[in-house]
Amino acid sequence: MTEAAAPALETVDVTCVFHVSQGFLRGSKPLRAVNGVSLKIPRGQVVGLVGESGCGKSTMANILLGLQKPNSGDVRYSGDSAAGFSRREIARRIQPIFQDPYSSLNPTKTIESIVFQPLRIHNVGEPSEWSVRVGEMLDVVGLPRRVASSYPSQLSGGQRQRVAIARALIMRPEVVICDEPTSALDVSVQSQILNLLQDLKEELGLTYLLISHNLAVVQHMADRVAVMYLGRIVEEADSDTLFNDPRHPYTRALLGSVLTPDPRLGVPDTHLGAVFPNPVDPPPGCSFHPRCPECMEICRSEPPRPASDGGHRIECHLYGGAGAPGTATQ
Amino acid sequence: MASQKILEVENLSVDIPVSAGMLHPVRGIGFSVSRGETLCIVGESGCGKSLTSLSIMGLLPKIARRRADRMDFLGRDIRNLRERDMARLRGGSMSMIFQEPMTSLNPAYAVGNQLAEVYLRHVGRNRMTARDRAVFLLEKVGISSAGSRLGQYPHQLSGGQRQRVMIAMALMCGPELIIADEPTTALDVTIQAQILHLLAELQREFRMGMILITHDLGIVARVADKVQVMYAGKTVEEGPCETVFDAPMHPYTQGLLRCIPVPGRTRRGERLGSVPGIVPNLVGELSGCMFRNRCDYATEACADMPDEPTRMGDGHAYTCLRAPEEVLGEGRAAEAL
Repeated sequence: MTEAAAPALETVDVTCVFHVSQGFLRGSKPLRAVNGVSLKIPRGQVVGLVGESGCGKSTMANILLGLQKPNSGDVRYSGDSAAGFSRREIARRIQPIFQDPYSSLNPTKTIESIVFQPLRIHNVGEPSEWSVRVGEMLDVVGLPRRVASSYPSQLSGGQRQRVAIARALIMRPEVVICDEPTSALDVSVQSQILNLLQDLKEELGLTYLLISHNLAVVQHMADRVAVMYLGRIVEEADSDTLFNDPRHPYTRALLGSVLTPDPRLGVPDTHLGAVFPNPVDPPPGCSFHPRCPECMEICRSEPPRPASDGGHRIECHLYGGAGAPGTATQ
Repeated sequence: MASQKILEVENLSVDIPVSAGMLHPVRGIGFSVSRGETLCIVGESGCGKSLTSLSIMGLLPKIARRRADRMDFLGRDIRNLRERDMARLRGGSMSMIFQEPMTSLNPAYAVGNQLAEVYLRHVGRNRMTARDRAVFLLEKVGISSAGSRLGQYPHQLSGGQRQRVMIAMALMCGPELIIADEPTTALDVTIQAQILHLLAELQREFRMGMILITHDLGIVARVADKVQVMYAGKTVEEGPCETVFDAPMHPYTQGLLRCIPVPGRTRRGERLGSVPGIVPNLVGELSGCMFRNRCDYATEACADMPDEPTRMGDGHAYTCLRAPEEVLGEGRAAEAL
């Protein structure tokens, strides 16, 4: 593989296991938060990662940011294994934007010192230049320069999220991990932040991993989408394919739950069982089978193998047999 | 649809004294809910939608002052009810579902006791009937093996299950009116759809009136019969759900609808519409249209425009100086493009 073709970020069969205490004297059980995930994030693209809470999305984000060591598997930055990088080197390439701008900014620091913190940590440039860099960065994210001396409590939610974006971008990272970047914001502010992320991607040539449970946002932003369920990626395809031709029953249920503002449609009935399984004690076979409307005998005992059809990857017994089209295509 | 009104509110205002002066978070709004009808109140944070619901329930903080020309619940004036009488209504014939099922259930009591408490307080003293009713409703809201759940504590349930328990609790005494304040905001999309589906079904079955407060236009479109859009403490647009979504008249409603990505309607990477600017400060004397500093169509006249809404027939009304022909003509021109 040549240097140019290597994806900006890649995970190869990454597994991350936590040990969850079962109570006094009862020992602990392993929880496979991420269970053998291989995901490629090509340079300059937006990859969406969707799934319900507890499916391992945020653990994935932590692994990619180098904040959590995987138990097995490899993370590769531009084709180079993460093993050769220090935390700081990873942080230079990858920066996060978190969900809640109310808790991700230090309330006792001014906006200026929040934004130049990465420069200080990485010893970039002269301290005298920092405030110039901060000023430029505030222009880029559309904040007036006078907020540099304000504190986070003096800003609105949308402005704070812009500060968080400025802080993430001041090191000129290659990849930005956006973990639910707009779900804490009001509708009108959400669209401003999404527009800003889109513009910055074009201007600075960024690569995004967009983690969100809002599928309308993911469809709007992402080139490629991966659907995660209980630590596995159960379906992955380019955005158009996934949204127009969802194959996995879970993906279909997720898409069916999206409430578009159409007053002629009622609330959809997803036919999903209510209970998200306990990840400490995952069901045998396909982990989705207790909630699956198309569950077959084999699903209860054998985990499905990944099948791929061009760029469309699915893990489901419906599509297991040598790329045979499923019986239940829409 | 039967036009029997359960709740009628006219010219409701809430004032809260703060250090900088008087804050006016709700400034003269009115609405009504009939049996079997769902009213959605939409707006961004700070528009006064939650305070509106709290003032109906009589749960405003002590410092806040409530004024209304009319607040009739089941034909009875509830403006000057004593706290004891209000407490009899609350949880009995009007009940509320709050946003955070994590914080609105008591972690120290088993679910069954919390459900039974409402019933014992309002309906009767028989513990067995209370228990039976709890089991019946838990099954109704889709909780499996309901009988054995009664002894469980909130931390043993998932977020969706807790919200189901909250709904069951709200239904314990067979209320006439349910006020749901952002009932699904803390939940996953799949659970959100299930909970809304359930609410709509139960409401139809028990012929309750429902006020649903949300900021999510997708939810509004799917469940509402009537919509009320609030901005800065006032109603800027109201009407039947389909009409408001098909032909939004107020610039704020139009702006909100342009802000959300809609699969199939907005193209990938296309810029989304936005409503620039921020919500105005509501302290002190306020006059004119409060949206004027964010509005594309603002003129000088907006600074002292009257509160009188423009009525369009079939209950659709909006508070803006732009004439209906002007707004609709533009919509048609945009459609033709």
